[in-house]
Amino acid sequence: MRKSLLLATILLLISAGHVLGAEGAAKQAANAVQTNLDYVWTLVAACLVFFMQAGFALVESGMTRAKNSINILMKNLMDFSMGTIGFWAIGFGLMFGVSNGITGSSGFFLSDYTPGGDPWVLAFWMFQVVFCATAATIVSGAMAERTKFHAYLIFSLLISAFIYPVFGSWAWGGLFKGGGWLEALGFIDFAGSTVVHSVGAWIGLAGAIMLGPRKGKYKSDGSVRPIPGHNLPLVALGVFILWLGWFGFNPGSTTAGSTDIALIFVNTNLAAAAGAIAAMFISWVKFGKPEISMSLNGALAGLVAITAGCASVAPSSSVLIGAIAGVLVVFAVLFFDRIKVDDPVGAVSVHGVCGAWGTLAAGLFKAGGTSLGIIGVQLLGIVTCFAWSFGTGLLMFYVIKKTVGLRISEEEEMEGLDYSEHRGSAYPDFISSTFAQQSF
Amino acid sequence: MKKIEAIIKPHKLEEVKEGLIEINVTGMTMSEVKGFGRQKGHTEIYRGAEYRVDFIPKIKLELVVDDSQVSEVVDLIKDKVSTGKIGDGKIFITSLEETIRIRTGETGTKAL
Repeated sequence: MRKSLLLATILLLISAGHVLGAEGAAKQAANAVQTNLDYVWTLVAACLVFFMQAGFALVESGMTRAKNSINILMKNLMDFSMGTIGFWAIGFGLMFGVSNGITGSSGFFLSDYTPGGDPWVLAFWMFQVVFCATAATIVSGAMAERTKFHAYLIFSLLISAFIYPVFGSWAWGGLFKGGGWLEALGFIDFAGSTVVHSVGAWIGLAGAIMLGPRKGKYKSDGSVRPIPGHNLPLVALGVFILWLGWFGFNPGSTTAGSTDIALIFVNTNLAAAAGAIAAMFISWVKFGKPEISMSLNGALAGLVAITAGCASVAPSSSVLIGAIAGVLVVFAVLFFDRIKVDDPVGAVSVHGVCGAWGTLAAGLFKAGGTSLGIIGVQLLGIVTCFAWSFGTGLLMFYVIKKTVGLRISEEEEMEGLDYSEHRGSAYPDFISSTFAQQSF
Repeated sequence: MKKIEAIIKPHKLEEVKEGLIEINVTGMTMSEVKGFGRQKGHTEIYRGAEYRVDFIPKIKLELVVDDSQVSEVVDLIKDKVSTGKIGDGKIFITSLEETIRIRTGETGTKAL
């Protein structure tokens, strides 16, 4: 009896041990699946964000004249390519390396990866490099139709290697090995309304100011003479591609395959829709007809605005954030036109003004309540971003202007950059319209 | 012989052509042209700013007919393109000195 009791106890212990062991193994397997899921989701999202480059290329070429199409496409190809190399060599280390108190200072040339070591840095780098390229490509639109190509190559590299990563390290360094003062204060910018979009836009603003308006954009009495884009179907296709890409941009910023992405998807989509609708109605009321380029800008405005708060606001707040962005973007475009800052695609209005609004809104509409402290930190981030990006942008463009030159000559501008900068023609089989042939 | 030139809206071309064939007009020439009349084109809006488009796309239809057929042709064109609104177009009629069919050397209405 005693013996059998002992045996029973031993058997029980053994089987309990088995169960415990099985539980451990199951947990390990679950963790492995989760890790794989994180990689897959992060890299799928990186693909979607990469596709946004196509969206930008289409929006920018469609909203400018046919004679500058090759130039716009080359700029979009090269800001991604130059940006990839710049971000690999320098930018990533400055943004996400171990902090020296000001910026990151390790991990240049992807040195954090050793063959056989943890490949997470590769997945994370891939996701971050497409973000960097997004910031860089915004500048191209604001400075379209009048910038020297070699100047563009120089400043595009500088943006990806230096201006974007330095600000990024202050807000996002802690996502990897770094850590910045803005994120330490609790700055909310989940996917980059400020870190990505405003940085690109404020640099673009500095560039547009330094260049001056396109020839013919203003009549002698100072009123606006519109220079219509040459292909609105391209613009619309580009906006739809950007909208799709944003489903990687925002939900992918979890860099984890988690259930959180559902809310972020919904918030992203609601804000875009609300932005498009609001911009359409405002243009209808103001101009008498629903205007397409403003409505398309409105969708982008909503997307930019929800980017900061997409993970931390309620869906109903997203609708409001997007709608306000849609209103803001129309007035911002008209405002910049009036003060003679010529931004052919509305990049400063969409990414700068609505990026700032979205960053403020992430504080105002924070689920779980807001406070003056939270709003103060958001405002500090917005102002710091403007000062850094606009300031370094002005300095950079000034130096370029005084050395290699920033703007093409008047004759080259009339001829079109496709011919003057690339000796080509985007549509050789088409006879250009009298409109494109006018002297401006 | 008279030469009839009609400036019409592009989407009316097909209807006018069919009608002319029905009343036995033997040939015609069309070209895509741009122009304006009294209303001086129209305005369009781009990003909140209005701009004037002076030259509006039109079709110019040219045909040559015998004097006896002129009123029938003019009535047909008027009937087919008229909407009563600005921009319906115009018809110009000029006397024509001679027509020559290159292949045979025939002249006058025989060459039409």
